[in-house]
Amino acid sequence: MSTDIERQWTSRIRHSVVDKLPPDKLLPDTQPAYVASWIYVFGVTTMAALGVIILTGIILALDGPQWWHSSTLGHFVNSMHLWSVEIFFFAMVVHLWGKFSMAAWRGGRSLTWVTGAVTFMASILAGFTGYVSQTNFDSQWIATQAKDGINSTGGGAFFNVLNLGQMLMLHIVLLPIAAVALTGIHVVMVRMKGVVPPFEDATTEVSA
Amino acid sequence: MAQGWGLGALINLDHYGHYIHWGVIQVSVGNFIVMVLMVASFLAALFAPFPGRRNRKGAK
Amino acid sequence: MTKKPFRPDVDAPVYKGPYVPYDIIKEGAIAVLVVFILTAALALVFSSPDEKAVTIKTWSNADAVDFAQTAGDELAGTSAVANYGAPYNNNGTSQHWGFLSPEKWIGVRIQINTTNDFVIDPLSAQPAQPALSAALSQWKSASSATQTAWDDAFNKAEPNLTYSNGKVNIPTKAAGPIPVLLNYETQMARSGALDQALVTQAGFYTTNFTKPLLFVSDGTYFAGLAEKQHLSGSQWGMMNETGQYPGQAWLWLYTFWYQIHPYSTSASADFLVWGTMMILTALMVLVPFIPGLRSIPRKIKIYRIIWREHYAAKL
Repeated sequence: MSTDIERQWTSRIRHSVVDKLPPDKLLPDTQPAYVASWIYVFGVTTMAALGVIILTGIILALDGPQWWHSSTLGHFVNSMHLWSVEIFFFAMVVHLWGKFSMAAWRGGRSLTWVTGAVTFMASILAGFTGYVSQTNFDSQWIATQAKDGINSTGGGAFFNVLNLGQMLMLHIVLLPIAAVALTGIHVVMVRMKGVVPPFEDATTEVSA
Repeated sequence: MAQGWGLGALINLDHYGHYIHWGVIQVSVGNFIVMVLMVASFLAALFAPFPGRRNRKGAK
Repeated sequence: MTKKPFRPDVDAPVYKGPYVPYDIIKEGAIAVLVVFILTAALALVFSSPDEKAVTIKTWSNADAVDFAQTAGDELAGTSAVANYGAPYNNNGTSQHWGFLSPEKWIGVRIQINTTNDFVIDPLSAQPAQPALSAALSQWKSASSATQTAWDDAFNKAEPNLTYSNGKVNIPTKAAGPIPVLLNYETQMARSGALDQALVTQAGFYTTNFTKPLLFVSDGTYFAGLAEKQHLSGSQWGMMNETGQYPGQAWLWLYTFWYQIHPYSTSASADFLVWGTMMILTALMVLVPFIPGLRSIPRKIKIYRIIWREHYAAKL
């Protein structure tokens, strides 16, 4: 009976998840003393900005893509959307510089670095599709300029930046899902492995 | 020009921008300020003292 | 624990030092609050840009000559879009690097025939008017050699095209029905009807603005507006924004390549820049696996500043 339960897919997956990410690692109440620098705040700032981007994006989505041109409130929400994007990229780039300086991929954390870098790329795409979905002069110009670059790769045949419907769908559905999912995976990986320890001059012991 | 003013816009950024030229480099003042602030934030994060870590030597 | 030699840029030492209290939820809550307030403050102080979109109506009313010349180029098949190549048509040379030309391999997927899509079809959808109907049937029934002869005559007279008293004047008698067609096309544009005709080709509902955007992008009026806003490619325009707002500053490296040789002078600049950026992006994503690159942080020693308290405590 008990071995039957242990063999279940459900219990196996639960065991493996709890082994790799026990609750006190997912939501820790202590951290190593070397985590003592302001450079560590830029990751959480990036996530907070992502939260504000999604919140303001939801409000903009509620009233449709043209609302913000004619509504004072809509324009303000658009302004918040823009500035949270600026803060998001700002914090993410400083976070990247910081993690590079710490060689934060050490100790089995290389996939954490890779997911972070891929999240950066997905965010650039999300930002770009937002810029071409503004339905104003800026979006017209950016779309007609960007088409040449994307067309040169052959991608323009499938990713038509002049097609507002396609860009808007990517911007408000598919890319936010990608950005949030990638961020989630990235953060879970950070919690599983913990924050990378400092370089030590004479070390032979390997933690993996 | 701009279609709506939104709430506020205490500082109007809606006229033609200023640009910095330096050889092949050409950057709008808006972007330049953002970049300078990024580098400044990075340096500040490196050098600013981090509060709440009094227990130095071997404290448990 | 393994017995393999310790690789300082790949392996991490085991940390045996102290732990300190850390409230991850409180940190997250503070971050959200600070960012929210900062965002709202920036939005209140600076707002955000919203330059009105250019329509074919505003363009043809602001600069009828540029519009009529562009429409003539679309009709004659001499515009940039008419000679773009893939994915719009087969008329141009595709961008390439050596034998690599994905644009050509994938081919025409978004068919654009500027003559018909931008001029003949919209005019054919107009209510019948004797002069227009005659000009259209003259064009449609002409052989391609005759059409080419008309196109050539138009191209020669095009620089001297004028617009006055609501009429486009093209100083040539050899351009067949082209002057009449361009007059009706310009009237249609100035009334706003052409904007509608270009988007409704796909039916009642549309979310696709490929045709009007390509048409507008062929004129000099649109590029002139962008040039004033420092948005053109040679002005690092991709990272700029209308007005004085910061733009997509994170595209600086992408934009940078367009400014220097060999990219700035290559007919395949876009393809070369994209290729370069894909290689650099792959390098960034794969830093942890690339010897040399992954040793940079250990050598530049910025980590000594970040972890200075840790190193001080060890002394």
